[in-house]
Parts: sequence; structure tokens; C-alpha cells
Amino acid sequence: MSATAETLYRRYKARAGVKTLVLVLAVFLLAVGMVVGLCVGASGMGLGQVLASLLKDTGRDHGIVWLIRLPRIIMAALVGFGLGLAGSVFQAVLRNPLASPFTLGVGSAAGFGAVSVILFMGGGFQTYRVAAGAFLLTLLSAALILAVARMKSASSETMILTGIAQMFLFSSLTSLFQYMGTMEQVHEVVFWFFGSLSKAGWPEIGLTAIMILVPFPFLLSRAWDFNLLASGDDSALALGVNVKRLRMTSVVAASLVTAGGICFTGVIGFVGLVAPHITRMVIGNDHQFLLPVSGLVGALLVVVADTLGRSIWAPQVIPIGIVTSFVGVPFFFYLLMKRSKEYW
Amino acid sequence: MLEVTHLHFDYGGVRVLEDIGAGVDKGLVLSVVGPNGAGKTTLLKCIVRILQPTAGSVRIDDRETRRMSRRELARHLGYVPQNTPARFSATVFETVLSGRRPYIAWRPSRTDLERTAGVIEEMNLADLAMRDMDRLSGGQAQKVLLARALAQDAHYLLLDEPTSSLDLRHQLEMLEIIAALVKDKRMGAVMAMHDLNLAARFSDVILMLHQGRTFRWGTPLEVITPENIREVYGVEAAVRRENGYLHIQPLRCADPPASGKSPGPPQPNPGGSRS
Repeated sequence: MSATAETLYRRYKARAGVKTLVLVLAVFLLAVGMVVGLCVGASGMGLGQVLASLLKDTGRDHGIVWLIRLPRIIMAALVGFGLGLAGSVFQAVLRNPLASPFTLGVGSAAGFGAVSVILFMGGGFQTYRVAAGAFLLTLLSAALILAVARMKSASSETMILTGIAQMFLFSSLTSLFQYMGTMEQVHEVVFWFFGSLSKAGWPEIGLTAIMILVPFPFLLSRAWDFNLLASGDDSALALGVNVKRLRMTSVVAASLVTAGGICFTGVIGFVGLVAPHITRMVIGNDHQFLLPVSGLVGALLVVVADTLGRSIWAPQVIPIGIVTSFVGVPFFFYLLMKRSKEYW
Repeated sequence: MLEVTHLHFDYGGVRVLEDIGAGVDKGLVLSVVGPNGAGKTTLLKCIVRILQPTAGSVRIDDRETRRMSRRELARHLGYVPQNTPARFSATVFETVLSGRRPYIAWRPSRTDLERTAGVIEEMNLADLAMRDMDRLSGGQAQKVLLARALAQDAHYLLLDEPTSSLDLRHQLEMLEIIAALVKDKRMGAVMAMHDLNLAARFSDVILMLHQGRTFRWGTPLEVITPENIREVYGVEAAVRRENGYLHIQPLRCADPPASGKSPGPPQPNPGGSRS
């Protein structure tokens, strides 16, 4: 290798090194955020007490940490990771910076599934039935988009338009059901749309983890194809990517991740849109790094938002779906103002 | 030898390409010329299988490309599209590196990175390597796209109007680079071209398309004649030979012929191409 090429190689390696560092830093920040979250709560334990209760049975505190705080925080991190990851995948396959897990109507479909169960099957907030309803409708909406993409073309425009049409359809159906429902049912529905982490238990965490962490390696293995897709379908095709199949499998995988993220907790908006953009601004658009770091940034956002939501009006808890926007929007504006160039 | 035989392409029931036959050997440049909508871009896209030909075959060294996987095909054919801005911008290095995709399994190997660095140096893009693509001029961006195709280590280059958005100097520079690659590395090149002067000067063979059919096929001297230009483009032109080059001087629009065999309106052009 010539000297110039050697320099180039080193510079690329150095940049990749910086990105790896950001990845490690994000993991570290998330860990810190989770520990801080563990220490915040109505029963007022210090760091030492919390750590002691984590490791050995200290009676009441042990119960609070293991049954209330830890599951809540792990759920927050998982959901945030899923939404951040799904957001970056949707943006990549749809080639659209406005895409998020909710752009294709996935959120509305899930909401409609939850509403249907609450109205017609008795509901009871956050039971498995509501989750199953949300989950099934999410998959149904993904299937609908795929069906249209199969029949017409799998272009990003077709998919986005189908998704938006679907979003309106499910929103209307949800409104109709709310209109028909009783006061209590409507209250429950509204609460679902706020999102809530308060009833996350270990079994729910297990299921969520499966839905989010199983598709993750597959999506990560497609990182290079996502990079190529950014320069257009034609270029990607000419470089050996089966664009149609990539788009379809990725939409299914990302929908599954989204469903996993929201079926037990309700709609936590904004994270899926903003986490990928925050990440892009910091490390650029290489999906090898973008996918995992978006997930970590999403996790951090939700964990921090949840901690704030529990402490601002303690002992009142502000629903997570509301706080994420309060935390995310100012930060997002800040980055938007600060950035030097159009990065998408 | 890259060879196209009896290639047909229909788009939405409309015949866009009909019975096209052409070929190019390593070390030669084939230019595809013709007015807007004649099917230049479509032909290129059919060869790289961005579009699926309705009938006919494309062979590389006597192997049917139909039987190759996309990945394998990408090791033979390097496609240089017209420069369109990417959605989420990558750096020059990352863009050239993406040409290694046909060889990358999970993540780029050291070889991939070294090859990328080598191509960037070869193309004199080292100063721009860490810059974002959307910060480049049209000429620079076009060069990067060519570099990406070189990183593919393909034997044939397919270039869709490589000079379309470039100024005079960059047009010549681009074509000189291509000519040098073809000669030094024994690559074959197929270019869709608008500019007849440049096409005549830089091509060994010219395929002139007219309404999706092969109109003429031969050396620049045989194909680029006032008669053919009048028939295909509907333009009166003077063609002179000077300093060893053909000079084509468009004079005026030809009077539309009274009857049937007119150059007709441009045909619909599929695949979003703007040829």
C-alpha cells in the first residue's frame, strides 16, 4: 500500500474507532442512567441501600428494588432500545428522515388492537389480552403493507403512502370505538395511549426482550445493505442487494420490534423518530454503528424520561409517553440548531 | 466479451426496447446514443438487471447473467448511475467502500479497506476522502461514483450519461479517465451518451437507438452521419472530420417529414430514468 492509501486507511480506522468509543460511551451512560433511576422513588433509598438490596435479601427494600424498580427500569431500557432501533430501520428502508415506528401506521394499528380488546373483551389495563390485541394488529398492519408492496412495487413511496392511509384508517376506527365505549373504557384507552411502565413485571420483560432482541442480529447483519439503500434503489440493486426482499423482511422485523416495544407499555411516541437523528448527528449514517447506538440512545431517553416522570411530581407519576416528548423535544431542538449542515 | 442478444423490454404493456443486440470486448468503449426516450438508460438498466428484460439474453464471457446471483453479477459489472443526491449522506470513503459490498460478508475486511483506499488514491480523491458526499461538486461526486464502480473490481463499466451534469473541463476529464481505465486495465465500457461529439471521440463502437430499436451499429464514422442524425434526432447537422476527430455541428431542426416514418414523439421512459 502506498503512503497516501495507508494514511487514508488509518484515518478511516480512526473514525471507526471514535464511533466504537461513542458506542461504549452510550452503554456506559445507559448503565449510569439505570442506576440513577433505581435510586429514585417514593421510598427514598440511597445508592448504598439500593445496591445492597440488589445483591442480598434485605426485606422490604429488596422487594421494592426487585419487584418494582428494577423491572420498570429494565422495561424502560428495552422499550427505548426497540423504538430507537426500529426507527433507524424504518428511516433506512423508507429512505425518509421523517419515518419512525409510527409512520407506517404501526402505532395506530397497535392502539386499535388495544382499544378493541379493552372494549369487547373486558380489558383490565395491561393484561396480556390487551398486549396480544396490540401485537396482532401490529403484525396485521405490517402484512397489509407487504401485500400492497408485493402487488404494486416495494418502493419507499408506495410503502409510506400505504402506511399513512392505514394510520388514518386505524385512528378513525379507534375514535369510533371510543365514541361507542363507556366512560371507564375511554379512560382506559386514553391511558393506554399515554404509555405506562408501571405494571411491567418479569414475565412481560421476558416476552418484550424476545421480540426486540431476536430480530436485532438480523437487522444488524443488514447494516451494509441499509448503507447502500441510502444511495438509491438502482445503486443498491447494481451492487448486489435484493432491494425488494430487503425492504420487506426489514419492515417485518422492525414491526416486530415495535410491537414488542409498545404492546405492554402503550404508545411511547417520539423516541423512535428522534433517537436515530440524535445518533446521526453524532456519528453519521453508517448503519453498522447507527443501529446499535440508536437503540442505546432510545433506551437512555426513555430511562431518563421515566426517572424524571417519577420524580418531578413525586409521588405522582407522569405517564412515560408524555415525559419522553418533554425531554426529547428540547434536546432535539438544541441539536438541530447546533448542527452545521444538513445531515440527511 | 459483454454481449446482449435479442433483448426486449416492455414496461406497462408498452414496448420500450425491441430486439437489441450489441456487444463490447474488454479494452473497448461502446456508446449508446439516441434522443430522449430512445431507451439508452433502459438498456443499461436491463444489462445490470435493475430492470428485468422481457426477453433476450445478456452474457458475460459466454455466461448467462440470468443464472448469476446479483452479488456475482456485481463482481462483473460496475454501474455508474447519473449523480443523484443520497438521502442520508455518507463520506466519500464510505461511498467507495460500498462498492466492496459484493465481497463483504459481515463487515469489510482489511483487504476491502485497503482496496478502497487504493482506488481513492488512484482517482486523486484523497483530499476529499473524509468529506460528505453532499459537500461535493457535480464533477467530484461523479468521480466518486466511478471510484465506487472501480472498487467493485468489475471487468465492465456501465455508465449512464457520465458527463450529463458536468462542465466542459470535467466532461473531458471524466471521459479521459474512463478511456485510460479501459486501455490500461483492459476493462470494457458501455456508456449512454447525449453528446455526439464526445461519443464520437471517445468510443470504439456506437449503438444508435431509435424508438427502442437498433438504428445503426458500427464505428463512429459509420454511425454518426448527417443522414442518420436527421432520421433519428430530426436535426440537420454538418459532420466534418478535422484533426482526426469527428465534429458534429447541429444546424437546425429538420422539417418534419410529411408521412409515417417520422422521428415521432419521445416514448415513455420507464424506471424513472431521465435519459
